[in-house]
Amino acid sequence: MDVLYFAWVRERIGLPKERVETSAVTVAELVEELKAREERYAAAFSDLSALRVALDQELAEFDAPLAGVREVAFFPPMTGG
Amino acid sequence: MRVVVQEAPFEFGAEAERFASGASGAGAVVTFTGVVREADGGDMAMMEIEHYPGMTQKALEKIASDAMARWDLTDALVIHRYGRLLPGDQIMMVATASRHRVAAFEAAEYLMDYLKSRAPFWKKEILRDGGADWVAAKEADEDALTRW
Repeated sequence: MDVLYFAWVRERIGLPKERVETSAVTVAELVEELKAREERYAAAFSDLSALRVALDQELAEFDAPLAGVREVAFFPPMTGG
Repeated sequence: MRVVVQEAPFEFGAEAERFASGASGAGAVVTFTGVVREADGGDMAMMEIEHYPGMTQKALEKIASDAMARWDLTDALVIHRYGRLLPGDQIMMVATASRHRVAAFEAAEYLMDYLKSRAPFWKKEILRDGGADWVAAKEADEDALTRW
Protein backbone atom coordinates (compact mmCIF):
# COMPACT_ATOMS: atom_id res chain seq x y z
CA MET A 1 0.00 0.00 0.00
CA ASP A 2 0.98 3.63 -0.31
CA VAL A 3 1.74 5.41 2.94
CA LEU A 4 1.64 9.22 2.89
CA TYR A 5 2.91 11.70 5.45
CA PHE A 6 1.95 15.34 5.81
CA ALA A 7 3.13 18.43 7.68
CA TRP A 8 5.59 17.75 10.55
CA VAL A 9 5.09 13.99 10.21
CA ARG A 10 6.47 14.27 6.66
CA GLU A 11 9.34 16.43 7.86
CA ARG A 12 10.23 14.14 10.74
CA ILE A 13 10.19 10.98 8.64
CA GLY A 14 11.87 12.76 5.75
CA LEU A 15 9.64 11.74 2.86
CA PRO A 16 6.11 12.47 1.65
CA LYS A 17 5.17 9.01 0.42
CA GLU A 18 6.44 5.47 0.29
CA ARG A 19 5.31 2.02 -0.77
CA VAL A 20 4.98 -0.35 2.19
CA GLU A 21 4.51 -4.10 2.07
CA THR A 22 2.83 -5.13 5.28
CA SER A 23 0.76 -7.87 6.82
CA ALA A 24 -0.52 -5.53 9.55
CA VAL A 25 -4.19 -6.09 10.25
CA THR A 26 -4.91 -2.67 11.76
CA VAL A 27 -3.49 0.84 11.49
CA ALA A 28 -2.03 0.45 14.99
CA GLU A 29 -0.11 -2.64 13.88
CA LEU A 30 1.22 -0.78 10.85
CA VAL A 31 2.37 2.01 13.15
CA GLU A 32 4.23 -0.50 15.32
CA GLU A 33 5.96 -1.95 12.24
CA LEU A 34 7.01 1.52 11.09
CA LYS A 35 8.23 2.52 14.55
CA ALA A 36 10.44 -0.57 14.68
CA ARG A 37 12.19 0.43 11.44
CA GLU A 38 14.19 3.48 12.42
CA GLU A 39 14.44 6.19 15.01
CA ARG A 40 12.86 8.83 12.77
CA TYR A 41 9.68 6.73 12.53
CA ALA A 42 9.70 6.07 16.26
CA ALA A 43 9.99 9.82 16.83
CA ALA A 44 7.17 10.67 14.43
CA PHE A 45 4.82 8.11 15.93
CA SER A 46 5.81 8.54 19.58
CA ASP A 47 2.50 10.17 20.56
CA LEU A 48 -0.48 8.84 18.64
CA SER A 49 -2.82 11.30 20.34
CA ALA A 50 -1.00 14.00 18.32
CA LEU A 51 -1.71 12.18 15.05
CA ARG A 52 -4.62 11.53 12.74
CA VAL A 53 -4.99 8.85 10.10
CA ALA A 54 -6.93 8.61 6.86
CA LEU A 55 -7.63 5.36 5.00
CA ASP A 56 -8.23 5.78 1.28
CA GLN A 57 -8.71 9.51 1.93
CA GLU A 58 -11.32 9.17 4.67
CA LEU A 59 -10.56 9.93 8.32
CA ALA A 60 -10.31 6.76 10.40
CA GLU A 61 -9.28 5.48 13.84
CA PHE A 62 -6.03 3.75 14.75
CA ASP A 63 -7.84 0.49 15.49
CA ALA A 64 -9.40 0.43 12.00
CA PRO A 65 -8.73 -2.63 9.83
CA LEU A 66 -6.41 -2.32 6.82
CA ALA A 67 -8.03 -5.02 4.69
CA GLY A 68 -8.50 -3.71 1.15
CA VAL A 69 -6.97 -0.32 1.94
CA ARG A 70 -4.70 1.09 -0.78
CA GLU A 71 -3.66 4.41 0.74
CA VAL A 72 -2.88 5.26 4.36
CA ALA A 73 -2.05 8.83 5.37
CA PHE A 74 -0.64 10.04 8.68
CA PHE A 75 -0.75 13.68 9.70
CA PRO A 76 -1.17 16.02 12.67
CA PRO A 77 -4.58 17.47 13.58
CA MET A 78 -5.75 19.65 10.71
CA THR A 79 -5.52 23.43 10.77
CA GLY A 80 -7.67 24.68 7.92
CA GLY A 81 -9.94 27.67 7.74
CA MET B 1 -22.98 24.09 -4.42
CA ARG B 2 -19.43 24.87 -5.42
CA VAL B 3 -16.19 23.78 -3.76
CA VAL B 4 -12.85 25.10 -5.02
CA VAL B 5 -9.35 24.24 -3.79
CA GLN B 6 -6.75 26.41 -5.46
CA GLU B 7 -3.33 27.96 -5.03
CA ALA B 8 -4.19 31.20 -6.83
CA PRO B 9 -5.86 34.15 -5.10
CA PHE B 10 -9.61 34.56 -5.53
CA GLU B 11 -11.58 37.76 -5.90
CA PHE B 12 -13.78 37.95 -2.85
CA GLY B 13 -15.99 40.73 -4.23
CA ALA B 14 -16.60 39.02 -7.55
CA GLU B 15 -17.25 35.66 -5.91
CA ALA B 16 -19.67 37.13 -3.38
CA GLU B 17 -21.47 39.08 -6.12
CA ARG B 18 -21.79 36.05 -8.34
CA PHE B 19 -23.02 33.90 -5.46
CA ALA B 20 -25.59 36.47 -4.33
CA SER B 21 -26.94 37.08 -7.82
CA GLY B 22 -27.44 33.35 -8.30
CA ALA B 23 -29.31 33.02 -5.02
CA SER B 24 -32.67 34.17 -6.32
CA GLY B 25 -34.74 31.81 -4.16
CA ALA B 26 -32.96 32.83 -0.98
CA GLY B 27 -33.84 35.62 1.39
CA ALA B 28 -30.42 35.57 3.04
CA VAL B 29 -26.83 35.33 1.91
CA VAL B 30 -23.97 35.14 4.43
CA THR B 31 -20.30 35.33 3.46
CA PHE B 32 -17.16 34.84 5.54
CA THR B 33 -13.55 35.37 4.53
CA GLY B 34 -10.47 34.19 6.42
CA VAL B 35 -7.39 36.39 6.18
CA VAL B 36 -3.78 35.53 7.05
CA ARG B 37 -3.16 37.16 10.39
CA GLU B 38 0.13 38.77 11.34
CA ALA B 39 1.69 36.56 14.04
CA ASP B 40 2.09 37.92 17.56
CA GLY B 41 5.23 40.03 17.55
CA GLY B 42 5.03 40.54 13.79
CA ASP B 43 7.83 38.11 13.02
CA MET B 44 6.01 36.04 10.41
CA ALA B 45 7.16 36.53 6.84
CA MET B 46 4.59 34.24 5.24
CA MET B 47 2.28 31.34 5.79
CA GLU B 48 2.60 28.07 3.94
CA ILE B 49 -0.49 25.90 3.67
CA GLU B 50 0.03 22.25 2.87
CA HIS B 51 -2.88 20.02 1.89
CA TYR B 52 -3.70 16.44 0.90
CA PRO B 53 -4.56 16.78 -2.77
CA GLY B 54 -6.49 13.53 -3.13
CA MET B 55 -8.58 14.09 -0.05
CA THR B 56 -9.13 17.84 0.20
CA GLN B 57 -11.77 18.28 -2.49
CA LYS B 58 -13.77 15.27 -1.28
CA ALA B 59 -13.58 16.31 2.37
CA LEU B 60 -14.76 19.84 1.57
CA GLU B 61 -17.60 18.56 -0.62
CA LYS B 62 -18.76 16.30 2.18
CA ILE B 63 -18.72 19.17 4.68
CA ALA B 64 -20.58 21.47 2.28
CA SER B 65 -23.21 18.91 1.30
CA ASP B 66 -23.82 18.07 4.97
CA ALA B 67 -24.44 21.78 5.60
CA MET B 68 -26.71 22.03 2.53
CA ALA B 69 -28.86 19.17 3.81
CA ARG B 70 -28.93 20.15 7.45
CA TRP B 71 -30.00 23.78 6.92
CA ASP B 72 -31.91 23.29 3.68
CA LEU B 73 -29.63 25.80 1.98
CA THR B 74 -30.39 26.92 -1.56
CA ASP B 75 -26.66 27.17 -2.29
CA ALA B 76 -23.22 27.01 -0.67
CA LEU B 77 -19.74 28.05 -1.77
CA VAL B 78 -16.38 27.07 -0.30
CA ILE B 79 -13.06 28.35 -1.66
CA HIS B 80 -9.86 27.36 0.14
CA ARG B 81 -6.32 28.17 -0.94
CA TYR B 82 -3.04 26.38 -0.33
CA GLY B 83 0.59 27.30 -0.94
CA ARG B 84 2.40 30.44 0.18
CA LEU B 85 0.39 33.37 1.48
CA LEU B 86 1.39 36.71 2.94
CA PRO B 87 -0.15 38.43 5.97
CA GLY B 88 -3.31 40.14 4.78
CA ASP B 89 -3.93 37.61 1.99
CA GLN B 90 -7.31 35.93 1.86
CA ILE B 91 -7.01 32.21 2.67
CA MET B 92 -10.56 31.07 2.19
CA MET B 93 -14.17 32.07 1.93
CA VAL B 94 -17.53 30.47 2.49
CA ALA B 95 -20.94 31.67 1.37
CA THR B 96 -24.34 30.28 2.26
CA ALA B 97 -27.75 31.09 0.84
CA SER B 98 -30.98 30.24 2.57
CA ARG B 99 -34.57 31.38 2.75
CA HIS B 100 -33.91 32.64 6.25
CA ARG B 101 -31.06 34.48 7.92
CA VAL B 102 -30.57 32.24 10.96
CA ALA B 103 -29.99 29.18 8.78
CA ALA B 104 -27.52 31.04 6.57
CA PHE B 105 -25.49 32.26 9.58
CA GLU B 106 -25.54 28.91 11.35
CA ALA B 107 -24.56 26.99 8.24
CA ALA B 108 -21.66 29.39 7.62
CA GLU B 109 -20.41 28.82 11.18
CA TYR B 110 -20.75 25.08 10.76
CA LEU B 111 -18.71 25.24 7.55
CA MET B 112 -16.02 27.25 9.29
CA ASP B 113 -15.86 24.93 12.31
CA TYR B 114 -15.51 21.87 10.11
CA LEU B 115 -13.02 23.48 7.72
CA LYS B 116 -10.79 24.25 10.69
CA SER B 117 -10.64 20.72 12.09
CA ARG B 118 -11.79 18.25 9.42
CA ALA B 119 -10.36 19.55 6.16
CA PRO B 120 -6.83 18.27 5.44
CA PHE B 121 -4.89 21.53 5.52
CA TRP B 122 -1.86 22.29 7.67
CA LYS B 123 -0.56 25.80 8.26
CA LYS B 124 3.08 26.63 8.77
CA GLU B 125 4.36 30.05 9.76
CA ILE B 126 7.60 30.98 8.01
CA LEU B 127 9.42 33.47 10.21
CA ARG B 128 11.54 36.42 9.17
CA ASP B 129 14.59 34.95 10.91
CA GLY B 130 14.41 31.86 8.70
CA GLY B 131 12.70 29.63 11.27
CA ALA B 132 9.33 28.00 10.83
CA ASP B 133 6.55 26.74 13.08
CA TRP B 134 3.66 24.43 12.32
CA VAL B 135 0.47 25.96 13.64
CA ALA B 136 -0.90 23.70 16.38
CA ALA B 137 -4.56 22.74 16.31
CA LYS B 138 -6.47 24.38 19.15
CA GLU B 139 -8.54 22.35 21.55
CA ALA B 140 -11.21 25.04 21.29
CA ASP B 141 -11.51 24.33 17.56
CA GLU B 142 -12.10 20.64 18.24
CA ASP B 143 -14.56 21.50 21.01
CA ALA B 144 -16.43 23.76 18.61
CA LEU B 145 -17.57 20.70 16.66
CA THR B 146 -19.45 19.29 19.64
CA ARG B 147 -22.08 22.04 19.42
CA TRP B 148 -23.23 20.61 16.09
